[in-house]
Formats: sequence, structure tokens, C-alpha cells
Amino acid sequence: MSLLDITGLAVRLGGNTVLHDVDLRLKPGEIVTIVGPNGSGKSTLLRAIIGAVAPSAGQVRRKRGLRIGYVPQRLHIDPTLPLTVRRFLGLPRRVDAATALAALEQAGVAPLADRQMSGLSGGQFQRVLLARALLERPELLILDEATQGLDQPGSAAFYRRIEDVRARLGCAVLMVSHDLHVVMSASDRVICLNGHVCCEGAPEHVASAPEYRALFGAGTQGALALYRHNHSHDHDHDAPEAAE
Amino acid sequence: MTFLDDFMIRAALAGLGVAVAAAPLGCFVVWRRMAYFGEATAHAAILGVALSLALALPVFAGVLAVALMMALTVSTLSGRGYAMDTLLGVLAHSSLAAGLVAVSFLTGVRIDLMAYLFGDILAVSRGDLAVIWGGAAIVTALVGWRWSGLLTATLNPDLAYASGIDPRREQLVLTLALAVVVAVAIKVVGALLIAAMLIVPAAAARPFSRNPETMALVAVVIGALSALGGLAASWHLDTPTGPTIVCVAALIFAASAMAAPLRRRA
Repeated sequence: MSLLDITGLAVRLGGNTVLHDVDLRLKPGEIVTIVGPNGSGKSTLLRAIIGAVAPSAGQVRRKRGLRIGYVPQRLHIDPTLPLTVRRFLGLPRRVDAATALAALEQAGVAPLADRQMSGLSGGQFQRVLLARALLERPELLILDEATQGLDQPGSAAFYRRIEDVRARLGCAVLMVSHDLHVVMSASDRVICLNGHVCCEGAPEHVASAPEYRALFGAGTQGALALYRHNHSHDHDHDAPEAAE
Repeated sequence: MTFLDDFMIRAALAGLGVAVAAAPLGCFVVWRRMAYFGEATAHAAILGVALSLALALPVFAGVLAVALMMALTVSTLSGRGYAMDTLLGVLAHSSLAAGLVAVSFLTGVRIDLMAYLFGDILAVSRGDLAVIWGGAAIVTALVGWRWSGLLTATLNPDLAYASGIDPRREQLVLTLALAVVVAVAIKVVGALLIAAMLIVPAAAARPFSRNPETMALVAVVIGALSALGGLAASWHLDTPTGPTIVCVAALIFAASAMAAPLRRRA
């Protein structure tokens, strides 16, 4: 049973077709990364999955009762809204102190529980967002450019944490990113999006696909090789399908 | 003979009722940057007064209907090409103007326009008290019931969607509550100063709060102090009561704003 089954999805926003003919299936436990140039509909696809935008054609079928953990691209908290990290974790459903602390520890920000959300640095903020997303024990973790504003070591550490979380919770991860090399090396499957799915498959396959090179140039392939690291755990049970 | 026979007691209870209803809602108005939204809804109330007098309806019903219509219009029109402040500027002032024009057509009835613009808390009847506290109970129950959803939707609409909350529904809840508060507060502070009862206590409560719930409770206390303090001050100084209540709230805000840097240093 797949977690998510998208067929023939099209989304129109303000009179423009942002996405068309998108098919996507997501199996439990796989890490899928969406890459694509600016304005290619990456965020819109994620927003269609969580139900924030309605499809103009096609459909988004979610597994019944699918628990989604969502880490938005950026979250502006108005300075007039007082909110501690601890209270933020309890939105919308209150959690007990032990659960909250465990989630913060998992995300590596346990000492921040009593700090104000508006006083956090970019990296701390993203990790708190991750902690909140993990509280629901998600079957699907959705990250929208979660490392925006983090430096290279910062985002590399963030993605290692994601892999770690996947290994522990067994959740599927669907993420959008611009950090092509870091992200692609951490993914089971990469989807290259530009209004529609240009190409998809294993990272190596996508990086050498002509459609991908037309969008990003050949230069990133070298970087991909450079940053590729060995997974410490076994991936064979959910090996990615090759693209058609 | 009960203690409700005393007009000062009735006025105090009316002020407290409005403070209890307006303050938590005012927090959302501040957090969501909807200050002008409250203003537009309140100004439309004058049109409601004129309509209910023309149709011989209770003022509360007319004001509620027009305030609700106004709030829904703004909700629907927002995000359709006009900036929010432009849209509200147009709607707030044209509805106030239309209300004032409509009142001038009412030749048969003589109404005290000042009472509806600035409130007439000392003339609150037992019936008015029942409406005010009934409205306050509805608003408090509504906001309390939807609290978590409202907060999540206020933080970020997409975060709400991902948790299975429809932010548009939460916006509708706020809109409804706002219309009720305007309808019950018009007798107490008047159409021009309702927005002040929403925003000033919430803004004054901000420096003393670390969590949204604290801010709402502190805002209720500040709103209540303003109502009672304003009532007492207007009695001693022989000043109009509605504006005096708002002045007391503004003084508390000023004190809180000055205390804020001191607290941060401590």
C-alpha cells in the first residue's frame, strides 16, 4: 500500500498552470527529493499534498488517516505573538512534558524549550520545526527547503539528522531542496520537476539524464560525486524503481 | 429592588462584559495584523443602527447583521488585487459615511447619534446587560473552543492544513466573533472606539506574556481595569464615559510600553 498516490495532478494559481500531468507514488520509508528551478511548482506540489491548494485536475489520494509531519519553507512569527518553544510543540494538540522533551532531544535542541520562538537563530528554528513535525509520529515527513538560510555544514548536518529520523521512525520523507549535491546523495529517488515531472529515478540516473542537465547544467554531477557518502544502513528492501 | 437598579452597577457590569469578550479576540486581531479589519467592522455598525431604526428592529440585531456582512465582504475580497489596507480604508469609511447619510433620512425618529458613535454606558438597561453578557459568553465559548486551531492557523496556514485544520474555517470563526463583539460593544464604547477595546488591552499585555494564553488573560485584566477605572474617572471628572475608558486603557499601554525595556534588562 503506498502512502500517497498522485495521478494526473494539475494546479492552476492566479490563471497560470503551475503544475500539470504530475504522477507520483510514495512508498513507506523511502526518501524522495524534488529538485527543479525556481517557479517549477515544487512548493505547490507539497501544498497540494497537504491539502492547502485544490487540484484543478487529477487527484491526490492519501492513505486513510495518513499522519503527516510538515516543515514549511519559512515561518514568520509576528513579534506581537509570544510563544515559547515548548508551547509551539503543543500546537495544535497538547503534548506532555516528557514527549515534548524527547522530540526536542531527537532534533538536538533540548535546551531551548523555554526560549521564545522569535528569539531563535535560523538553524535552531528549523530544528524546532522538525521536532514539532516528529511529535505526531509521522508516516510521511514533508520538508519544503528546510535548510534555507543554513550554511553548507549546517544543512549537511540537518540532512544527516533526517536520515537518522527515517531510520528510527521508518517514515517516508518527501523534500524539496536547492542543495542539489547534499540532498541527492541522501535520497533514494529524485524527481526533477519543471511544471511536470521531467525525469525521475535514482540520484545517479537523474544526474546524468539529459532533461536534468538541460535545467542544471553538467557541473553539478561532479559535486554529486564529491559529496556522495556511504549509507550506514541497508536500502535494498525499498530500492528505488528506475524511471520509465 | 436589586443591586441592578443602580445605573453605575449596570454600567460597571456592561464594561466588564465587553472587556471579557473583546480582549482575547483582540489578541488575535493584533497577532494576525487585522487592526483595520476590526475598525472596518465597527464603522459599519453605524449603518446597522440606521437600518435597524428604519426597519424597527432591535439595534443589536441590525448591527450584528451589518457587521457580519462587512466582515464577510472583507474576508471574501481580500487577496483579489487590492492591498488589504486600501480595501479596508475604502470599506470602513464608506460604510461609516453611508450610515451617517442613512441616519439623516430617518425623519420620524430622533436618535442621539453621539450615543452610537461614542457609546452611552450610563444608559445601559437590564436588557442591554443580558445582550452584552450573552454575547460575551458566546464569543468566549467560540474562541475557547477553537483556540488551538485558531492559534495554529494564525502561525501559518500551511501548518494548519498539514495538521488537518482548515484555516479558512478558523478565519470565519474569528469573523463571526468579531461581529458579535462589535454588536454588543456599541452601547458601551460606541462605533468609533470599539477597535480600541480590541487592540489596546492586547497590545498592553504583550510585554508581560511569554505564551499566547497568558497574553489573552492579561489582556482581559487590563480591559477590565480600563472599564472600571474609566467609569470611576468619568464620574469624578464629569467626562464622557466611553472615551474615558479608552484613555485609561491607553495610559496602561503607555506604562506597559515603558516597563517593557526594564523587564528585558532584569
